[in-house]
Amino acid sequence: MTHIAIADQPAEMHHPHSFVTKYIWSQDHKVIAIQYGATAISVGLIALVLSGLMRLQLGFPDTFSFIDPSDYYQYVTMHGMIMVIYLLTALFLGGFGNYLIPLQIGARDMVFPFLNMLSYWFYLLSVLILLASFFVGGGPTGAGWTLYPPQAILRGTPGADMGIVLMLVSLAVFIIAFTMGGLNYVTTILQARTRGMTLMRMPLSVWGIFVATVLGLFAFPALFVSAVMMAFDKLLGTSFFMPAVVSIGETLDYSGGSPVLFQHLFWFFGHPEVYIVALPAFGLVSDVLSTHARKNIFGYRMMVWAIVAIGGLSFIVWAHHMYVSGMNPYFGFFFAFTTLIIAVPTALKVYNWVLTLWQGNIRLTVPMLFAMGFIFTFVHGGLTGIFLGNVTVDLPLSDTYFVVAHFHMVMGVSPVMVLFAAIYHWFPKITGRMFNVTLGKIHFWATFLGTYAIYLPMHYLGFLGVPRRYYAIGNTDFIPDSATALNANITIAAIFVGVVQLIFIVNILWSLFKGKPAGGNPWDATSLEWQTPETPPGHGNWGPRLPTVYRWAYEYSVPGAKQDFVPQNVPPEDVEMEPGAGPYREHTV
Amino acid sequence: MNELQQAVEQSPFAASELASDVDLLFYAMLTVCGFVALGVTVAMLDFCIRYRSGKQVDRTLRLRNLRLPEYIWIGVPLLIFLGFFVWGATLFMRYQQLPPEDALRIHGVGKQWMWKFYHPGGQREINELHIPVDRPVVVVLSSEDVIHSFFVPAFRVKQDAVPGRYTRTAFTASEPGTYRLFCAEFCGLKHSKMRGQVEVMSAQHYAEWLDTREQSPTLAAAGEALFRTKGCSGCHAVDSAVHAPDLRGIYGRIVHLRDGRSLRADVAYLRDSILLPEKDVVAGYQPIMPSFADQLTEEELLKILAFLQDFDERDAP
Repeated sequence: MTHIAIADQPAEMHHPHSFVTKYIWSQDHKVIAIQYGATAISVGLIALVLSGLMRLQLGFPDTFSFIDPSDYYQYVTMHGMIMVIYLLTALFLGGFGNYLIPLQIGARDMVFPFLNMLSYWFYLLSVLILLASFFVGGGPTGAGWTLYPPQAILRGTPGADMGIVLMLVSLAVFIIAFTMGGLNYVTTILQARTRGMTLMRMPLSVWGIFVATVLGLFAFPALFVSAVMMAFDKLLGTSFFMPAVVSIGETLDYSGGSPVLFQHLFWFFGHPEVYIVALPAFGLVSDVLSTHARKNIFGYRMMVWAIVAIGGLSFIVWAHHMYVSGMNPYFGFFFAFTTLIIAVPTALKVYNWVLTLWQGNIRLTVPMLFAMGFIFTFVHGGLTGIFLGNVTVDLPLSDTYFVVAHFHMVMGVSPVMVLFAAIYHWFPKITGRMFNVTLGKIHFWATFLGTYAIYLPMHYLGFLGVPRRYYAIGNTDFIPDSATALNANITIAAIFVGVVQLIFIVNILWSLFKGKPAGGNPWDATSLEWQTPETPPGHGNWGPRLPTVYRWAYEYSVPGAKQDFVPQNVPPEDVEMEPGAGPYREHTV
Repeated sequence: MNELQQAVEQSPFAASELASDVDLLFYAMLTVCGFVALGVTVAMLDFCIRYRSGKQVDRTLRLRNLRLPEYIWIGVPLLIFLGFFVWGATLFMRYQQLPPEDALRIHGVGKQWMWKFYHPGGQREINELHIPVDRPVVVVLSSEDVIHSFFVPAFRVKQDAVPGRYTRTAFTASEPGTYRLFCAEFCGLKHSKMRGQVEVMSAQHYAEWLDTREQSPTLAAAGEALFRTKGCSGCHAVDSAVHAPDLRGIYGRIVHLRDGRSLRADVAYLRDSILLPEKDVVAGYQPIMPSFADQLTEEELLKILAFLQDFDERDAP
């Protein structure tokens, strides 16, 4: 019997009827995707508010008396952890992975729908545990998102009692959720592709999500064991990461552990994590750029291999986060070298994106603006990484605002730009309605210019030597007057960008109910998800028969063709040509 | 304009030999990266304007093969950045790894939330570090509780102080003056209060300053006393009845271990051997030494280690 996800005539595809089975305990990948997306965006908004509070304290110290150092460090920690794990990872893989994988490869659903549902509910549980830590004694952990021991579990750090324990438990539950989802994505991509959908015909979105998921399946276990070991150190008194220490006058009962071991484990996860977020972003943005430039993605095969190469290399660069930790300098040189090597496939992708625009027929739609905004922020954020990757230049710059600016540009703003591009791009398919274009363009320009106003000056502060994770940097004796003004301006820009996101929320909610009907393929796109019989796609996605794929997903502006795009599932003989243009020939590069 | 001028004047002050060299590398990288960013930006804007939907332009020329240009615009920046890598690594080896033998050795201990420094002559100070100008200084760092990081922006150096091990940083201050010292690794609630200053003085002033400090035994002398009072000498003396290694001249020697490994007896090894004696047992000896983890403070450890470092001179048979 054929698996339901790839069954041509799914006799047993029973459609859920009650509200609960359709929208809450749903096993439909599209509903689960929306659940993931809504949860991730909600928790991301909390993290956004926390960053605003942080900036208020930094820009105008001694003004907001309700923010004390404990609060500040708790905001820092929760902001970072939520953004990286619970927003970006969850939204790219749980949200877009779930929505796009079956639709773009021509499957009816994930191959394990029940596991898929469980994955979401475990994710929700991890979010709830995380948020619960705001309400326990001592509050959430304030150890910084890197959770470095010994401080993370000692009294000198806020939330060192219940807060850190809930954080570790929440991470463990999240990783369980990710593993269930991740195995599902990988299996579905490998096993449930429709007729004709070879691996080298898959849209780059699927490639990015696929490789990122494989990375996650290898990298998250390192975080899982570190979370378990640190919880043991905290609760059972083991000494995995704890040397003999005297904490605030009290000799503790630890000995022999290694705090640097934790750093290795954490970054063995932490660096691939950057690419777990970046690779899906690379994939999604490639599809958005190609569609709205009416041009095939430049160097498709190179783009695929670049994704695979970046994925592989991402496992051997982790210690470039640890140049000043006291490890052997030759070790540092090795990681500095691998860091330069991983820049090669990354640079190749950037060049190919830019070349995709060359000779295109560029429609400056809202998703296209965000996609191009991504190229800018990613190039600028990536280039500062080369400074930090150089051991010697990193000595003065590490743990300063230069680092804060670097990673916010490269893995904060850039992926978020792609998320917005992707949400605007696929919104018409997900909801059947079009968003408001004017509001979308205002949202783009305010966000894009606003983020530069925030992060460009931060590089300068870091260059001056202002350390990060300082409760107060303004109006203190160590930054120059000119930098004090800059620092306040950063806060104003940050609050502005935060508030601007309300435009996005309003636009989405308003368009959900009042937007103009979008039709099935408003962007004239080629990939399969735009060819579904219904919009939004119904249960089972494809109606009675699965689509058959005849070509890659980038058949735009084919010379001689009547339309400037040829969908993947249109048989070659059905492609309409201009008179005298001769028969259609596949254009695949 | 005024603000800009101010900013330039207040740009980070370079006050060590390393600092000006690192800055040169930084600006070189900034120039190259600036050109890369400019190139991408100009290309993007140009394509956006030239190939915007509705514009009548020639779109028929479709390049299928851009191999050679791709190799060039990937290969050339890569080679340049590899050059920067070698440049940086050379600087690092020169200034951080190979400080001269006669470098001034200062011990720094981080604790929540202060820096304590120990000069070789036994002088101590808190959140202040006095050093002579133009003389190589090695700061050996450790921590009593959590990870801290010794950061002097004007010297362009940063090094984590990790509990349970020793790390070190090296610099040669080139300008007398007062410079800020920060903790750069998050270390708890008062992380941003853990600051101090480095006073760079002429050799003569430094010598005078040392004399004005409270006279206490040198670190090594204090360590020698501890070596007796804590009972180390009971076993490690040459004529002891207990079979324990003779520690004269131990520092810097190659030590062969029971399990076949060999390593150099540096401060980290000596420290581990005191706190975790079973970890690296010397070949030919039994693991009978008890751990002193609960009996020595970080400061006492420093003193004993200072003593062990010049044990051979005074006790040469």
